Amino acid sequence: MEGELLPNLFRTEYRKIVGVLCYLFGIEHIEIAEDIVSDTFLSATELWSVNGLPENPTAWLYTVAKNKTKNHLKRSSLFENKLAPDIKYNAPLSEEIEVDLSVKNISDSQLAMIFAVCHPSISSDSQVALALNLLCGFGVQEIADAFLTNRDVVYKRINRAKERLKEENIRIEQPSTAEINERLGNVLTTIYVLFSEGYYSAGHQNTILRKDLCAEAMRLCYLLVENETTNRPAASALLALMCFHVSRFDARVNESGEMILYQDQDETLWNQELIARGGYFLNKASVGNELSRYHLEAGIAYWHTQKESTIEKWESILQLYNSLLILEYSPIAALNRTYALSMTSGKKVAIAEAEKLDLKTNHFYFSLLGNLYTGIDNQKALQHLETALEISVSGTDKATIIRNIQKLKESM
Amino acid sequence: MNEFLLIFRRDFTTKEEQPSPEVLQTSLKAWQDWFGSLAAQNKLARPLQRWDGEGRIVKPNSAVINGPYAEIKESIGGMIVVTAADYDEASEIAKGCPILKLGGNVEIRMAVTPPANK
Repeated sequence: MEGELLPNLFRTEYRKIVGVLCYLFGIEHIEIAEDIVSDTFLSATELWSVNGLPENPTAWLYTVAKNKTKNHLKRSSLFENKLAPDIKYNAPLSEEIEVDLSVKNISDSQLAMIFAVCHPSISSDSQVALALNLLCGFGVQEIADAFLTNRDVVYKRINRAKERLKEENIRIEQPSTAEINERLGNVLTTIYVLFSEGYYSAGHQNTILRKDLCAEAMRLCYLLVENETTNRPAASALLALMCFHVSRFDARVNESGEMILYQDQDETLWNQELIARGGYFLNKASVGNELSRYHLEAGIAYWHTQKESTIEKWESILQLYNSLLILEYSPIAALNRTYALSMTSGKKVAIAEAEKLDLKTNHFYFSLLGNLYTGIDNQKALQHLETALEISVSGTDKATIIRNIQKLKESM
Repeated sequence: MNEFLLIFRRDFTTKEEQPSPEVLQTSLKAWQDWFGSLAAQNKLARPLQRWDGEGRIVKPNSAVINGPYAEIKESIGGMIVVTAADYDEASEIAKGCPILKLGGNVEIRMAVTPPANK
Protein backbone atom coordinates (compact mmCIF):
# COMPACT_ATOMS: atom_id res chain seq x y z
CA MET A 1 0.00 0.00 0.00
CA GLU A 2 2.74 2.45 0.98
CA GLY A 3 4.63 1.30 -2.08
CA GLU A 4 2.08 3.07 -4.27
CA LEU A 5 1.16 5.92 -1.99
CA LEU A 6 4.53 7.58 -1.48
CA PRO A 7 5.50 7.93 -5.15
CA ASN A 8 2.04 9.31 -5.86
CA LEU A 9 2.26 11.79 -3.01
CA PHE A 10 5.73 12.72 -4.16
CA ARG A 11 4.38 13.49 -7.61
CA THR A 12 1.50 15.63 -6.36
CA GLU A 13 2.86 17.22 -3.18
CA TYR A 14 6.58 17.73 -3.82
CA ARG A 15 6.00 20.48 -6.36
CA LYS A 16 3.35 22.17 -4.21
CA ILE A 17 5.56 22.47 -1.14
CA VAL A 18 8.63 23.44 -3.18
CA GLY A 19 6.53 26.07 -4.94
CA VAL A 20 5.23 27.54 -1.71
CA LEU A 21 8.71 27.64 -0.15
CA CYS A 22 10.26 29.24 -3.25
CA TYR A 23 7.45 31.76 -3.27
CA LEU A 24 8.33 32.53 0.36
CA PHE A 25 12.14 32.46 0.13
CA GLY A 26 12.76 33.80 -3.36
CA ILE A 27 14.63 32.21 -6.25
CA GLU A 28 18.08 32.57 -4.69
CA HIS A 29 17.25 29.95 -2.07
CA ILE A 30 15.65 27.43 -4.36
CA GLU A 31 18.03 24.64 -3.23
CA ILE A 32 17.09 25.16 0.41
CA ALA A 33 13.45 24.74 -0.53
CA GLU A 34 14.23 21.54 -2.43
CA ASP A 35 16.37 20.18 0.43
CA ILE A 36 13.63 20.78 3.00
CA VAL A 37 11.03 19.00 0.90
CA SER A 38 13.32 16.09 0.00
CA ASP A 39 14.15 15.75 3.67
CA THR A 40 10.42 15.71 4.50
CA PHE A 41 9.81 12.83 2.10
CA LEU A 42 12.85 11.00 3.48
CA SER A 43 11.34 11.24 6.98
CA ALA A 44 8.04 9.95 5.61
CA THR A 45 9.75 6.94 4.03
CA GLU A 46 11.53 6.09 7.27
CA LEU A 47 8.74 6.72 9.75
CA TRP A 48 5.79 5.35 7.77
CA SER A 49 7.52 2.03 7.17
CA VAL A 50 8.04 1.65 10.93
CA ASN A 51 4.92 3.26 12.39
CA GLY A 52 2.47 2.67 9.58
CA LEU A 53 0.60 5.34 7.67
CA PRO A 54 -0.58 8.49 9.43
CA GLU A 55 -4.29 9.20 9.28
CA ASN A 56 -3.90 12.00 6.77
CA PRO A 57 -0.60 11.54 4.90
CA THR A 58 -0.79 14.86 3.03
CA ALA A 59 -1.46 16.84 6.19
CA TRP A 60 1.42 14.95 7.85
CA LEU A 61 3.76 15.98 5.05
CA TYR A 62 2.66 19.61 5.29
CA THR A 63 3.15 19.72 9.07
CA VAL A 64 6.57 18.12 8.88
CA ALA A 65 7.62 20.42 6.04
CA LYS A 66 6.50 23.45 8.02
CA ASN A 67 8.43 22.31 11.10
CA LYS A 68 11.54 21.51 9.11
CA THR A 69 11.36 24.96 7.53
CA LYS A 70 11.07 26.66 10.92
CA ASN A 71 13.91 24.58 12.35
CA HIS A 72 16.06 25.30 9.40
CA LEU A 73 15.41 29.00 9.63
CA LYS A 74 16.16 29.08 13.36
CA ARG A 75 19.42 27.17 13.00
CA SER A 76 20.62 28.91 10.00
CA SER A 77 22.66 32.05 10.18
CA LEU A 78 21.53 32.46 6.61
CA PHE A 79 18.13 33.32 7.97
CA GLU A 80 19.36 36.19 10.11
CA ASN A 81 21.65 37.61 7.51
CA LYS A 82 19.92 36.98 4.27
CA LEU A 83 16.49 35.47 4.39
CA ALA A 84 14.92 37.44 7.20
CA PRO A 85 15.04 40.83 5.49
CA ASP A 86 13.59 39.26 2.34
CA ILE A 87 10.80 37.50 4.09
CA LYS A 88 9.98 40.49 6.21
CA TYR A 89 9.84 42.43 3.01
CA ASN A 90 7.56 39.91 1.31
CA ALA A 91 5.31 38.78 4.11
CA PRO A 92 3.34 40.67 6.73
CA LEU A 93 5.43 41.18 9.84
CA SER A 94 4.94 38.50 12.38
CA GLU A 95 6.95 36.77 15.07
CA GLU A 96 6.60 33.36 13.48
CA ILE A 97 7.26 32.70 9.84
CA GLU A 98 4.11 31.16 8.44
CA VAL A 99 4.46 28.52 5.77
CA ASP A 100 1.08 28.89 4.13
CA LEU A 101 0.07 25.59 2.50
CA SER A 102 -3.52 26.59 1.85
CA VAL A 103 -5.11 25.70 -1.47
CA LYS A 104 -5.07 29.32 -2.55
CA ASN A 105 -1.44 29.95 -1.69
CA ILE A 106 -0.37 26.70 -3.34
CA SER A 107 -2.13 27.73 -6.52
CA ASP A 108 -0.73 31.30 -6.35
CA SER A 109 2.78 30.01 -5.85
CA GLN A 110 2.46 27.53 -8.74
CA LEU A 111 1.38 30.34 -11.02
CA ALA A 112 4.23 32.57 -9.84
CA MET A 113 6.64 29.68 -10.44
CA ILE A 114 5.42 29.07 -14.00
CA PHE A 115 6.07 32.68 -14.90
CA ALA A 116 9.51 32.60 -13.26
CA VAL A 117 10.48 29.37 -15.02
CA CYS A 118 9.35 30.73 -18.39
CA HIS A 119 11.49 33.85 -18.11
CA PRO A 120 12.90 34.81 -21.52
CA SER A 121 16.48 34.64 -20.22
CA ILE A 122 16.29 30.82 -20.12
CA SER A 123 16.47 28.68 -23.24
CA SER A 124 13.34 26.86 -24.32
CA ASP A 125 14.82 23.39 -23.63
CA SER A 126 15.74 24.44 -20.13
CA GLN A 127 12.32 25.95 -19.50
CA VAL A 128 10.69 22.64 -20.28
CA ALA A 129 13.16 20.66 -18.14
CA LEU A 130 12.86 23.08 -15.24
CA ALA A 131 9.07 23.12 -15.50
CA LEU A 132 8.98 19.33 -15.33
CA ASN A 133 11.34 19.34 -12.36
CA LEU A 134 9.93 22.17 -10.26
CA LEU A 135 6.31 22.33 -11.38
CA CYS A 136 5.54 18.70 -12.13
CA GLY A 137 7.73 16.89 -9.59
CA PHE A 138 9.56 14.86 -12.26
CA GLY A 139 12.94 13.48 -11.23
CA VAL A 140 16.04 13.94 -13.38
CA GLN A 141 15.84 10.35 -14.62
CA GLU A 142 12.20 10.70 -15.68
CA ILE A 143 12.96 13.90 -17.57
CA ALA A 144 15.91 12.18 -19.26
CA ASP A 145 13.58 9.31 -20.26
CA ALA A 146 11.00 11.73 -21.61
CA PHE A 147 13.53 13.53 -23.78
CA LEU A 148 15.52 10.43 -24.71
CA THR A 149 18.68 11.87 -23.30
CA ASN A 150 20.86 11.07 -20.31
CA ARG A 151 20.75 12.21 -16.71
CA ASP A 152 23.86 14.35 -16.97
CA VAL A 153 22.45 16.43 -19.78
CA VAL A 154 19.22 17.06 -17.90
CA TYR A 155 21.03 17.69 -14.63
CA LYS A 156 23.27 20.30 -16.24
CA ARG A 157 20.38 21.87 -18.09
CA ILE A 158 18.35 22.29 -14.90
CA ASN A 159 21.26 23.64 -12.90
CA ARG A 160 22.22 26.14 -15.57
CA ALA A 161 18.62 27.34 -15.69
CA LYS A 162 18.52 27.76 -11.91
CA GLU A 163 21.80 29.68 -11.94
CA ARG A 164 20.43 31.89 -14.67
CA LEU A 165 17.28 32.64 -12.67
CA LYS A 166 19.46 33.65 -9.72
CA GLU A 167 21.81 35.77 -11.83
CA GLU A 168 18.88 37.59 -13.35
CA ASN A 169 17.38 37.92 -9.88
CA ILE A 170 13.97 36.84 -11.12
CA ARG A 171 11.33 37.44 -8.49
CA ILE A 172 8.79 34.71 -7.83
CA GLU A 173 5.65 36.75 -7.56
CA GLN A 174 2.20 37.15 -9.06
CA PRO A 175 2.80 38.30 -12.62
CA SER A 176 1.72 41.85 -13.46
CA THR A 177 -0.40 42.55 -16.52
CA ALA A 178 2.70 43.69 -18.38
CA GLU A 179 4.53 40.48 -17.47
CA ILE A 180 1.57 38.38 -18.50
CA ASN A 181 1.49 40.14 -21.86
CA GLU A 182 5.19 39.65 -22.29
CA ARG A 183 5.55 36.09 -21.02
CA LEU A 184 2.24 34.28 -21.49
CA GLY A 185 3.23 33.32 -25.03
CA ASN A 186 6.37 31.70 -23.63
CA VAL A 187 4.40 29.95 -20.90
CA LEU A 188 1.93 28.54 -23.43
CA THR A 189 4.76 27.39 -25.70
CA THR A 190 6.43 25.56 -22.80
CA ILE A 191 3.16 23.87 -21.90
CA TYR A 192 2.59 22.93 -25.53
CA VAL A 193 6.10 21.47 -25.90
CA LEU A 194 5.52 19.45 -22.73
CA PHE A 195 2.25 18.15 -24.11
CA SER A 196 3.64 17.37 -27.56
CA GLU A 197 6.50 15.44 -26.02
CA GLY A 198 3.93 13.18 -24.40
CA TYR A 199 1.50 13.08 -27.28
CA TYR A 200 3.63 12.85 -30.40
CA SER A 201 7.09 11.67 -29.48
CA ALA A 202 7.49 8.51 -31.52
CA GLY A 203 10.69 7.51 -29.79
CA HIS A 204 9.42 5.97 -26.61
CA GLN A 205 6.85 3.34 -25.92
CA ASN A 206 6.29 4.17 -22.27
CA THR A 207 2.58 4.93 -22.38
CA ILE A 208 2.31 5.80 -18.71
CA LEU A 209 5.09 8.37 -18.93
CA ARG A 210 3.53 9.84 -22.06
CA LYS A 211 0.14 10.14 -20.40
CA ASP A 212 1.76 11.78 -17.37
CA LEU A 213 3.39 14.42 -19.56
CA CYS A 214 0.08 15.20 -21.24
CA ALA A 215 -1.75 15.32 -17.91
CA GLU A 216 0.85 17.65 -16.39
CA ALA A 217 0.68 20.00 -19.37
CA MET A 218 -3.11 20.11 -19.08
CA ARG A 219 -2.93 20.71 -15.34
CA LEU A 220 -0.59 23.69 -15.79
CA CYS A 221 -2.79 25.11 -18.53
CA TYR A 222 -5.86 24.64 -16.35
CA LEU A 223 -4.11 26.63 -13.64
CA LEU A 224 -3.79 29.54 -16.10
CA VAL A 225 -7.42 29.27 -17.18
CA GLU A 226 -8.60 29.14 -13.55
CA ASN A 227 -6.76 32.31 -12.64
CA GLU A 228 -8.53 35.56 -13.45
CA THR A 229 -5.45 37.43 -14.59
CA THR A 230 -4.04 34.73 -16.87
CA ASN A 231 -7.35 33.47 -18.22
CA ARG A 232 -6.69 34.73 -21.75
CA PRO A 233 -8.43 33.30 -24.83
CA ALA A 234 -5.18 31.73 -26.06
CA ALA A 235 -4.86 29.74 -22.80
CA SER A 236 -8.40 28.38 -23.17
CA ALA A 237 -7.69 27.57 -26.81
CA LEU A 238 -4.58 25.60 -25.86
CA LEU A 239 -6.52 23.70 -23.21
CA ALA A 240 -9.27 22.93 -25.76
CA LEU A 241 -6.64 21.69 -28.21
CA MET A 242 -5.16 19.35 -25.60
CA CYS A 243 -8.61 18.01 -24.58
CA PHE A 244 -9.46 17.17 -28.21
CA HIS A 245 -6.12 15.44 -28.79
CA VAL A 246 -6.13 13.48 -25.56
CA SER A 247 -9.66 12.22 -26.27
CA ARG A 248 -8.04 9.82 -28.78
CA PHE A 249 -5.19 8.71 -26.55
CA ASP A 250 -6.50 5.18 -25.95
CA ALA A 251 -7.75 4.67 -29.48
CA ARG A 252 -4.45 5.36 -31.21
CA VAL A 253 -2.30 2.61 -29.70
CA ASN A 254 -3.02 -1.12 -29.92
CA GLU A 255 -2.21 -3.73 -27.23
CA SER A 256 1.32 -4.19 -28.50
CA GLY A 257 2.01 -0.46 -28.38
CA GLU A 258 1.82 0.15 -32.15
CA MET A 259 0.30 3.36 -33.46
CA ILE A 260 -3.13 3.07 -35.07
CA LEU A 261 -3.69 5.63 -37.79
CA TYR A 262 -6.59 8.03 -37.48
CA GLN A 263 -8.73 6.47 -40.21
CA ASP A 264 -8.34 2.99 -38.69
CA GLN A 265 -9.22 4.01 -35.13
CA ASP A 266 -12.23 2.64 -33.28
CA GLU A 267 -14.10 5.84 -32.54
CA THR A 268 -16.10 4.24 -29.73
CA LEU A 269 -12.81 4.48 -27.81
CA TRP A 270 -12.70 8.25 -28.26
CA ASN A 271 -13.39 9.91 -24.93
CA GLN A 272 -16.60 11.89 -25.42
CA GLU A 273 -16.30 13.63 -22.08
CA LEU A 274 -12.94 15.13 -23.06
CA ILE A 275 -14.33 16.11 -26.45
CA ALA A 276 -17.16 17.94 -24.69
CA ARG A 277 -14.70 19.70 -22.36
CA GLY A 278 -12.63 20.70 -25.38
CA GLY A 279 -15.76 22.22 -26.89
CA TYR A 280 -16.42 24.10 -23.68
CA PHE A 281 -12.92 25.62 -23.57
CA LEU A 282 -12.92 26.41 -27.30
CA ASN A 283 -16.14 28.32 -26.71
CA LYS A 284 -14.50 30.19 -23.85
CA ALA A 285 -11.56 30.98 -26.15
CA SER A 286 -13.84 32.59 -28.72
CA VAL A 287 -14.08 35.98 -27.00
CA GLY A 288 -12.22 39.10 -28.05
CA ASN A 289 -10.48 39.33 -31.39
CA GLU A 290 -7.26 37.51 -30.64
CA LEU A 291 -6.71 34.57 -32.99
CA SER A 292 -3.72 32.56 -31.81
CA ARG A 293 -2.21 29.48 -33.41
CA TYR A 294 -3.84 27.54 -30.58
CA HIS A 295 -7.28 28.72 -31.72
CA LEU A 296 -6.58 27.47 -35.22
CA GLU A 297 -5.05 24.20 -34.06
CA ALA A 298 -7.93 23.63 -31.64
CA GLY A 299 -10.33 24.20 -34.54
CA ILE A 300 -8.50 21.60 -36.61
CA ALA A 301 -8.45 19.20 -33.65
CA TYR A 302 -12.18 19.77 -33.16
CA TRP A 303 -12.93 18.71 -36.73
CA HIS A 304 -10.86 15.59 -36.18
CA THR A 305 -13.19 14.59 -33.36
CA GLN A 306 -15.89 14.31 -36.06
CA LYS A 307 -15.13 10.98 -37.68
CA GLU A 308 -17.46 11.32 -40.62
CA SER A 309 -15.58 12.57 -43.68
CA THR A 310 -17.73 15.40 -45.06
CA ILE A 311 -16.89 18.20 -47.50
CA GLU A 312 -17.70 20.69 -44.73
CA LYS A 313 -15.19 19.02 -42.44
CA TRP A 314 -12.32 19.05 -44.92
CA GLU A 315 -13.10 22.50 -46.26
CA SER A 316 -13.01 23.84 -42.68
CA ILE A 317 -9.76 22.02 -41.96
CA LEU A 318 -8.23 23.37 -45.18
CA GLN A 319 -9.13 26.97 -44.31
CA LEU A 320 -7.83 26.55 -40.75
CA TYR A 321 -4.52 25.22 -42.10
CA ASN A 322 -4.38 28.11 -44.59
CA SER A 323 -4.75 30.57 -41.71
CA LEU A 324 -2.29 28.67 -39.52
CA LEU A 325 0.37 28.68 -42.25
CA ILE A 326 -0.16 32.37 -42.96
CA LEU A 327 0.33 33.01 -39.23
CA GLU A 328 3.33 30.69 -38.83
CA TYR A 329 4.95 28.34 -41.34
CA SER A 330 5.80 24.79 -40.38
CA PRO A 331 6.55 21.82 -42.67
CA ILE A 332 4.05 19.55 -40.91
CA ALA A 333 1.25 22.13 -41.30
CA ALA A 334 2.17 22.50 -44.99
CA LEU A 335 1.88 18.72 -45.46
CA ASN A 336 -1.40 18.49 -43.55
CA ARG A 337 -2.84 21.37 -45.55
CA THR A 338 -2.02 19.52 -48.75
CA TYR A 339 -3.75 16.39 -47.45
CA ALA A 340 -6.86 18.44 -46.60
CA LEU A 341 -6.71 19.92 -50.11
CA SER A 342 -6.78 16.40 -51.57
CA MET A 343 -9.99 15.78 -49.63
CA THR A 344 -11.67 18.95 -50.96
CA SER A 345 -10.26 19.22 -54.47
CA GLY A 346 -9.06 15.75 -55.34
CA LYS A 347 -5.68 14.05 -55.48
CA LYS A 348 -4.50 15.58 -58.76
CA VAL A 349 -4.82 19.14 -57.50
CA ALA A 350 -3.12 18.11 -54.27
CA ILE A 351 -0.22 16.42 -56.11
CA ALA A 352 0.48 19.62 -58.04
CA GLU A 353 0.51 21.57 -54.76
CA ALA A 354 2.54 18.91 -52.94
CA GLU A 355 5.28 18.99 -55.56
CA LYS A 356 5.77 22.69 -54.92
CA LEU A 357 6.51 22.09 -51.24
CA ASP A 358 10.18 21.12 -51.59
CA LEU A 359 10.44 19.13 -48.36
CA LYS A 360 12.70 16.44 -49.74
CA THR A 361 14.42 15.67 -46.46
CA ASN A 362 11.12 14.99 -44.69
CA HIS A 363 9.86 11.40 -44.81
CA PHE A 364 6.28 12.58 -44.18
CA TYR A 365 6.55 14.45 -47.49
CA PHE A 366 7.20 11.21 -49.36
CA SER A 367 4.53 9.37 -47.38
CA LEU A 368 2.06 12.06 -48.41
CA LEU A 369 3.08 11.77 -52.07
CA GLY A 370 2.75 7.99 -51.74
CA ASN A 371 -0.77 8.44 -50.40
CA LEU A 372 -1.73 10.96 -53.11
CA TYR A 373 -0.37 8.85 -55.98
CA THR A 374 -2.14 5.71 -54.72
CA GLY A 375 -4.86 4.93 -57.24
CA ILE A 376 -3.48 7.51 -59.67
CA ASP A 377 -0.07 6.00 -60.39
CA ASN A 378 0.67 3.10 -58.06
CA GLN A 379 4.24 2.66 -59.32
CA LYS A 380 5.05 6.25 -58.39
CA ALA A 381 3.22 5.79 -55.10
CA LEU A 382 5.43 2.81 -54.30
CA GLN A 383 8.61 4.72 -55.19
CA HIS A 384 7.64 7.55 -52.87
CA LEU A 385 6.82 5.20 -50.00
CA GLU A 386 10.17 3.47 -50.47
CA THR A 387 11.96 6.81 -50.32
CA ALA A 388 10.00 7.60 -47.15
CA LEU A 389 11.13 4.29 -45.63
CA GLU A 390 14.72 4.99 -46.57
CA ILE A 391 14.94 8.43 -44.96
CA SER A 392 12.77 7.79 -41.89
CA VAL A 393 14.64 7.17 -38.67
CA SER A 394 12.38 5.99 -35.87
CA GLY A 395 11.16 2.40 -35.63
CA THR A 396 7.53 3.48 -35.22
CA ASP A 397 7.65 5.54 -38.42
CA LYS A 398 9.33 2.72 -40.34
CA ALA A 399 6.70 0.22 -39.12
CA THR A 400 3.88 2.50 -40.32
CA ILE A 401 5.49 3.00 -43.74
CA ILE A 402 6.13 -0.75 -44.15
CA ARG A 403 2.45 -1.42 -43.43
CA ASN A 404 1.46 1.15 -46.07
CA ILE A 405 3.81 -0.41 -48.61
CA GLN A 406 2.31 -3.85 -47.94
CA LYS A 407 -1.21 -2.48 -48.31
CA LEU A 408 -0.31 -0.82 -51.59
CA LYS A 409 1.36 -3.97 -52.95
CA GLU A 410 -1.71 -6.05 -52.11
CA SER A 411 -3.90 -3.64 -54.08
CA MET A 412 -1.58 -3.62 -57.10
CA MET B 1 16.47 34.28 -52.69
CA ASN B 2 15.02 37.73 -53.24
CA GLU B 3 11.90 39.45 -52.03
CA PHE B 4 9.24 40.65 -54.42
CA LEU B 5 6.37 43.00 -53.82
CA LEU B 6 3.19 41.85 -55.53
CA ILE B 7 0.62 44.63 -55.90
CA PHE B 8 -2.90 43.62 -56.86
CA ARG B 9 -4.90 46.21 -58.76
CA ARG B 10 -8.32 46.27 -60.28
CA ASP B 11 -11.16 48.66 -60.98
CA PHE B 12 -13.05 48.92 -57.73
CA THR B 13 -15.10 52.01 -58.71
CA THR B 14 -16.90 51.54 -62.03
CA LYS B 15 -20.25 50.10 -61.04
CA GLU B 16 -20.71 47.84 -64.06
CA GLU B 17 -17.26 46.31 -63.53
CA GLN B 18 -18.04 44.95 -60.05
CA PRO B 19 -18.30 41.18 -59.56
CA SER B 20 -21.56 39.67 -58.33
CA PRO B 21 -21.82 38.62 -54.67
CA GLU B 22 -21.55 34.96 -55.74
CA VAL B 23 -18.39 35.65 -57.73
CA LEU B 24 -16.97 37.57 -54.76
CA GLN B 25 -17.77 34.66 -52.45
CA THR B 26 -15.93 32.22 -54.73
CA SER B 27 -13.11 34.72 -55.03
CA LEU B 28 -12.79 34.95 -51.24
CA LYS B 29 -12.10 31.23 -51.01
CA ALA B 30 -9.71 31.47 -53.96
CA TRP B 31 -7.73 34.17 -52.13
CA GLN B 32 -7.59 32.10 -48.94
CA ASP B 33 -6.45 29.02 -50.84
CA TRP B 34 -3.86 31.02 -52.77
CA PHE B 35 -2.43 32.60 -49.63
CA GLY B 36 -2.52 29.17 -47.95
CA SER B 37 -0.67 27.65 -50.88
CA LEU B 38 2.05 30.33 -50.80
CA ALA B 39 2.35 29.98 -47.04
CA ALA B 40 2.65 26.18 -47.39
CA GLN B 41 5.60 26.76 -49.72
CA ASN B 42 7.02 29.13 -47.12
CA LYS B 43 7.08 31.92 -49.68
CA LEU B 44 5.36 34.66 -47.68
CA ALA B 45 8.16 37.00 -46.70
CA ARG B 46 6.01 39.26 -44.50
CA PRO B 47 2.84 38.81 -42.44
CA LEU B 48 -0.29 39.50 -44.47
CA GLN B 49 -1.73 42.97 -44.11
CA ARG B 50 -5.19 44.08 -45.12
CA TRP B 51 -5.58 47.59 -46.55
CA ASP B 52 -8.53 49.91 -46.26
CA GLY B 53 -10.28 50.46 -49.57
CA GLU B 54 -10.96 54.18 -49.16
CA GLY B 55 -7.52 55.76 -49.24
CA ARG B 56 -6.21 59.25 -49.86
CA ILE B 57 -4.19 60.71 -52.69
CA VAL B 58 -1.72 63.53 -52.07
CA LYS B 59 -1.03 65.67 -55.17
CA PRO B 60 2.07 67.72 -55.95
CA ASN B 61 0.34 70.94 -54.87
CA SER B 62 -0.32 69.25 -51.49
CA ALA B 63 -3.98 68.82 -52.31
CA VAL B 64 -5.41 65.73 -50.61
CA ILE B 65 -8.06 63.84 -52.57
CA ASN B 66 -10.46 61.37 -50.98
CA GLY B 67 -10.74 57.90 -52.32
CA PRO B 68 -8.66 55.86 -54.71
CA TYR B 69 -7.00 57.42 -57.69
CA ALA B 70 -9.42 59.55 -59.66
CA GLU B 71 -7.69 59.65 -63.02
CA ILE B 72 -7.03 55.98 -63.60
CA LYS B 73 -9.74 53.51 -62.80
CA GLU B 74 -7.60 50.91 -61.06
CA SER B 75 -6.68 51.03 -57.43
CA ILE B 76 -4.68 48.82 -55.11
CA GLY B 77 -6.63 45.94 -53.64
CA GLY B 78 -3.75 44.58 -51.64
CA MET B 79 -0.12 43.63 -51.66
CA ILE B 80 2.10 40.88 -50.34
CA VAL B 81 5.83 40.25 -50.21
CA VAL B 82 6.99 36.82 -51.37
CA THR B 83 10.37 35.15 -51.67
CA ALA B 84 11.42 33.99 -55.12
CA ALA B 85 14.69 33.48 -56.97
CA ASP B 86 14.00 35.97 -59.76
CA TYR B 87 11.31 37.81 -61.73
CA ASP B 88 10.44 34.61 -63.62
CA GLU B 89 9.57 32.72 -60.46
CA ALA B 90 7.75 35.72 -59.01
CA SER B 91 5.71 35.95 -62.22
CA GLU B 92 4.83 32.26 -61.97
CA ILE B 93 3.57 32.90 -58.44
CA ALA B 94 1.59 35.95 -59.56
CA LYS B 95 -0.13 33.92 -62.30
CA GLY B 96 -2.05 32.14 -59.55
CA CYS B 97 -3.41 35.38 -58.10
CA PRO B 98 -7.23 35.44 -58.02
CA ILE B 99 -7.35 39.15 -58.96
CA LEU B 100 -6.61 38.09 -62.54
CA LYS B 101 -9.98 36.30 -62.67
CA LEU B 102 -11.67 39.57 -61.66
CA GLY B 103 -10.06 41.52 -64.49
CA GLY B 104 -7.27 42.93 -62.37
CA ASN B 105 -3.51 42.74 -62.66
CA VAL B 106 -0.45 42.19 -60.51
CA GLU B 107 2.54 44.50 -60.50
CA ILE B 108 5.79 42.90 -59.37
CA ARG B 109 8.72 44.80 -57.89
CA MET B 110 11.88 43.22 -56.57
CA ALA B 111 13.18 44.49 -53.24
CA VAL B 112 16.66 45.96 -53.51
CA THR B 113 19.07 46.50 -50.69
CA PRO B 114 20.84 49.84 -50.76
CA PRO B 115 24.60 49.46 -51.15
CA ALA B 116 26.24 49.32 -47.74
CA ASN B 117 27.89 52.51 -46.54
CA LYS B 118 31.59 52.19 -46.11
